[in-house]
Order: sequence, then structure tokens, then C-alpha cells
Amino acid sequence: MLTASARRRSIGTGLAVLAGVVLFVGIAVVTLLAWDGDQSASRLFTAYTWSILRFTLLQAALSTLLSVAFAIPVALALARRPRFSGRSWILRLMALPMGLPALVGALGLLGVWGRQGVLNDWLTAAGLEQPVSVYGLSGILLAHTFFNIPLAVRLLLTVLERQPAEYWLLSASLGMKPISIFRFVEWPALARVVPGVAGLVFMLCATSFTLVLVLGGGPAATTLEVAIYQSLRFDFDPPRAIALAFLQIAVTAAVIGLVALLPAPTDTVRTAGRKVLRLDGRSNASRLWDFLVITAAVIFVVSPLVSVLVAGLQADLWKLVTGPRFIQAATTSLVIAMAAGLTAVTAALAIITARQAIRDRRDQNRAERLLSISLAGTSSLVLVIPPIILGTGWFLVLRQLGTVATFAPYLVAVINALMALPFAVRVLEPALEDHRRQTARLAAALGIGGLGKWRLIDAPVLTRPILTALSFAMALSLGDLGAVALFGSSDLVTLPWLVYSTLSSYRTNDADGLSLILGVVCLFLTILGTAGRKEHNNV
Amino acid sequence: MFDGIVLDKVALKLGATNFNFDCRIEAGAMTAIAGPSGAGKSTLLNLVAGFEQPQSGRILIAGTDQTSSHPSERPVSVVFQDHNLFAHLDIFTNVALGISPSMRLSSEDRDRAENALARVGLAGFEKRMPGSLSGGEKQRAAFARALLRNRPVLLLDEPFASLDADLRLQMSALLLELHRETANTVLMITHDREEIARVAHRVLQVESGQVASNEAVADYLSQFAAPVSALSGTV
Repeated sequence: MLTASARRRSIGTGLAVLAGVVLFVGIAVVTLLAWDGDQSASRLFTAYTWSILRFTLLQAALSTLLSVAFAIPVALALARRPRFSGRSWILRLMALPMGLPALVGALGLLGVWGRQGVLNDWLTAAGLEQPVSVYGLSGILLAHTFFNIPLAVRLLLTVLERQPAEYWLLSASLGMKPISIFRFVEWPALARVVPGVAGLVFMLCATSFTLVLVLGGGPAATTLEVAIYQSLRFDFDPPRAIALAFLQIAVTAAVIGLVALLPAPTDTVRTAGRKVLRLDGRSNASRLWDFLVITAAVIFVVSPLVSVLVAGLQADLWKLVTGPRFIQAATTSLVIAMAAGLTAVTAALAIITARQAIRDRRDQNRAERLLSISLAGTSSLVLVIPPIILGTGWFLVLRQLGTVATFAPYLVAVINALMALPFAVRVLEPALEDHRRQTARLAAALGIGGLGKWRLIDAPVLTRPILTALSFAMALSLGDLGAVALFGSSDLVTLPWLVYSTLSSYRTNDADGLSLILGVVCLFLTILGTAGRKEHNNV
Repeated sequence: MFDGIVLDKVALKLGATNFNFDCRIEAGAMTAIAGPSGAGKSTLLNLVAGFEQPQSGRILIAGTDQTSSHPSERPVSVVFQDHNLFAHLDIFTNVALGISPSMRLSSEDRDRAENALARVGLAGFEKRMPGSLSGGEKQRAAFARALLRNRPVLLLDEPFASLDADLRLQMSALLLELHRETANTVLMITHDREEIARVAHRVLQVESGQVASNEAVADYLSQFAAPVSALSGTV
């Protein structure tokens, strides 16, 4: 339906984006490969790298197990009670950790579970001596469950809610007891997506950087990503960093390969069909159980958020936000986030329209088909090559040129943009596809093209999903500590970096205030994003 | 004692819509529920099935007050338009759940389930998954389960609406056969006037949340026949 020139233009733009991404990632990887190759190879399997690899996998496996195991009863309870007041707020609450910067979440968790936290205060007051310690493995598990239980709950709940409403009526009509309903209806539905959800959570936990950096303790509780960071930043031992980077790539590639084989969970809610009526779980015992499960989940997720709020409000916020350090960091963060967000959204649009343009003609040649597949893979490339690896590669490149400080902000922005790219594509692709299906033939028949088409036909419909993707991408960049960790210096201070360095210098009060501000900004952007997205799904 | 179904001044408010049902449905007969969409046909069926609870009034089935009993305690089986089979369970399990909702089956129960499948023309379908069945076959399996449950009342919510015309004919015939064998009370929502003519004895018309009329099928159909005969009279 596209004119030949429009099609060529779209494909060309897609090709340019593909080339840019491949070049950026390629330079980082080739540099790593070329750097002291022999020395790195000999460092690949030392006792040290083994112990780090083992711990990375162990903590990810345990985090996944705990997150999914706790998420299942919560999702079942929420699905069993489709209508109670406050339910929609609980679902919104479950979406919050996704938008919360890891660093802010970690501070909140410390406020509740940490040595000086609420819980230990209570335990001490109750006469118990042994304070709960959240550093090391237990802290990492706590943080990973805090971020991933809500995610898993949302994905599992969606599956349960997608079951035809008739299933619940039939099971009531057949007289199934709760155990039979679980066995014949709920579990078969969950079983199909639990592997996919577990794979996703494992992937997030195996590559989590900030949480392990803040809550992990010493070499005994360090993951590959953090070990890479420490090798470069503290020990300056590039061969070790490179060896670890290869292990990291191997782990993520293996996990992504496995996850790709599993059915992908989605959180798009089915809106058509009969209203869901659940007649099971009317007994008092069942009501009590669901109440306890949901309440426990809410307290678990809310308490760190409240802790961030309460601790943050105790800081002298006005003095903080008017201080020169904050203003400088906030400006840097905003500029980087804006650049990263715009880059991510532009690249996502280019990738999607190029793929649409290729599909527009039935007789695609082999090169076009190959390009289409490569474009689809581009957005996932950054999942295999985590930011810390990109950072390491580019760090080594720039160090040779002696220009790390000059280019650091651009690098951080590009790395953030790449991190946001898969999300931007996921938000924009269904919207653009719907829009194309609805308008392509008519627009072609009327001969509308170019800017006129954008202004009259595309902009009114697509502005919203584009802004949604932009706010998502900006939130991700604003809250990110991973990319900036390698490059942060007195010349390059972003908000998360400011929080982290304030925390490291034991000015906890200021850190609390700053993390409240950072958390509020990121959550605001995420909520903006999810609100737009929900509306799209309901159309 | 009236041994059919009685909706005694049953009132229910869902959203902004008020439903007030007051009617008697004869035992052992096939009653069709007709009426425009949104009039309350499904709500009436849901009330009898126990999926909805009335705010006031009583529901009696075969002389027993069932107003507040659980769906599984009522002497009814339900067949919907769609999703009557759990898609992840094989046909045998789907049907045998009608005997034991926890699938504790004796060998005699297994034979019964197989016989029920054979009765609806699905012998040998035991291990098949619902996804591999046609729409008509799925509804046959649902009927087999209802047959096994052996409840005096069968509630059908547009059971043949997603089937094509030929299949609808076949399925109506099967429904009639099963009805004659079991002498059950059938309450069926349908939009299809021909289907009403084929199977129903009585027609319950529901309009804006109320039972507008409850008459023999001939009387119901005559209102549509009238203009046609008037027209032919002028020729």
C-alpha cells in the first residue's frame, strides 16, 4: 500500500538504526575481545570467577523461586475476589515497583528491614537481641522479591482473568471444591505461564546491578555485574572484568534462549466477554485466607514505599532541591533522560515502520526478510549484552583515547536509550500495527502521504502511545544507576549517582530526601505511561 | 405442589437495571426464553442456576425453595454457548467431572461416562482435547456431561448460537431425543424462531427486565404468522 519511495525511505531509516545499534554494541564487544585476549582467557575459570558465577545463578534461582512461590497465592486470591473496594488500587500498587528506581527501592527496604529499620526497632523493643540482617544473600533475595513478586502477581493474575467466565460458573455448577478448582482450572492455567514468568524473573535477577551493589555484602555476595563494576572501578583489572563480562554474556544469552522457547506472559487484559462471577471461596476460612494473603502482599510492597516517603520528608527538602549539587544533578539527569527517551522512541518507530514497510509487499526478497528479522532482534540485543558490558567496552575504548570524561554523558544516554528500546518497541508496536490496519488502505486510496498523513492521520492517534513510550523510557533512564556507575565522577553526576554517593558518605538524611524526589519523579512518569497504555488496551 | 420452576416475585438490581420476574415454568416441558438483547434473558437463567442471587422473592424448583442454595446443590445442569469444556482437559475428564467434581471415579463411573459419550455420538473421543473438536462436537460433549449429572432441569444459554444452520438442526434433534428419554425440564434461551418452532412447547418472552408473556408455542408463533396470512388473504 506504500508508494515505492515511501517504502524505500522507511526501510532505509530502519537500516540506519540497525547499523547504528550494531556499530555501538559491536565496538564495545570487539574492544573487549581484543583487549589482552590471552590474559582474559586465562582468567575465565578461576576460583574467583566460579564463585561469582555460582552466586549469581544461586541468588537468581532463589529469588525466582521465592518470587513465583509467593506470587501464586496472591494472584489466586486476587482472581478469586474480582470485586472488592480498593482492589484496583492494589493492582496499581503492584505496578509501582516496576517504575521505582532500584536504588530508591533498596533504600526503602533498608528503612523497613535494615539494621536501623522499623522491624529491628520493634524486635529490640520486644526484647529480642538478634537484629535481622539484610546485607548479603538475604538482602538481595528480599530486594528481588520486593521488585518481582508484584510483577509475577500481575502476569499470573492476567492469565487467571483471561480464563473464560464460564469456567468459574461451570466449576460452581459442578460442585467443585477449592482443591478441585485449583487442580482442574487454576493450576492448568498458571502452569502454562509459570515457566515464562520464572524465566523473566530469573533474567531480571541474574542481571540486576543496583540492588546487589547496595545490599550485597563483600565478595561472598557479589554477582557478575557488580564484580565487573568493581574490577574496573576499584581494582582496575580489565582482564578480570572482561573474563567476567564473557561469563555474563554467556549466562544472559543462555537464559534468553531458554525464555524464548517458553510462552511469553503478557499483561494485556481481555476485556470482551461475560462478566466474571466467582462463586467459590465463599466460606469464612477461604475469605480469611485471601484477606491475609492480600494484606501481607500489600504490606510487603507498601512498607518500603512508606519508608521512603517518611524518611524523605524528614530531610530538609527545600534546602536539598535548591542546593547547587542537586540542581546540577537534576539537570544532567533530565537532559540525559530526555535524550535517551527521544533516541529510544525514534529508534523504535524506525524499527517498527521499517518492518511494516517490508511486510507491505508480499514478494519480499531474501535480503528484506533478513533485515526484518534483524530489526526484530535489534531491540533485544541489549538484553543479551547488558549495560554494564556496553559500558565496560566503551570505557576501554575511551580510556585509550583519554576522553572518558568528555563522552561519558553521551555514552550514558545512548546506553540508557538501548535499555529502553525493547520497552519502547513493546509499547509502540501494537499501537502502530492497529493504526496501520485501520488506516493504511484508506490513506493509500486517498493518496495521502508524507507530512499531511502524519498531521491528519497518524499524529492524532499515535501521539498518545508515543508519549507513553517516551515517559517509560525517561523513567528508566532517570532511575538507572548501572550505566552511570562506571562513568560517574565529579563531572558527571546524575540523580541516582548523587543518591548513591551521598549514601556512601553516610549522609543518610540527604540520601533519603533525594531518593524520595527521584522516586516520585520516576513513579509519576511510569504512572503517566501505564495510564496511556491501559486506555489503548481497552479500545 | 407445583413441580416445575417458580420465580416468586423475584427482584434484582444489576447496575442501573431492575429485574422483576414472576412466573411459573412447567416441569417436563421445553420452554424457550425469547426477547431482545439486554432484556434480562440471561439474568433469568442465572437466577435459576444460582449464579445470581435475588434481592427479594423466592425461587422454587420442584417444590423446594432454592433461593439461597449454591449452584451445585440445585437440581440443574447448565450448557452455555461457549467454553463448556475446560480447554486443557481431555473430553473424558471434562465429561466425567459431571459425575465427580474431584475425579474420584469407580470403574462403573467410567463406563457410565463412556456410555454418555457414545449416546451423544462421541464414542472414541475420550482422549481428544476440546481444541481438536468442532463446535457441534463440543456441545455434544457438554450434553453428555449434563446427561451424566442427571438433573431434572437443563438450562441452556443460546447453546447452538455459534453453530451453522445444518448443525443447529442436528443438535435440536439430539436435544429433543435426550429430552424425551429423560423427561427433563428444559429452559433455553434462543434468538432463533425456527428453533423455537422445532423444539419448544412454551415460550417465555422477556422484555425490559420482566416476563412479558408466557404462552404455548403456537400462540407465540401466531403473532408472526398473522401479517403473512393477512397479506395472502388479499391476493
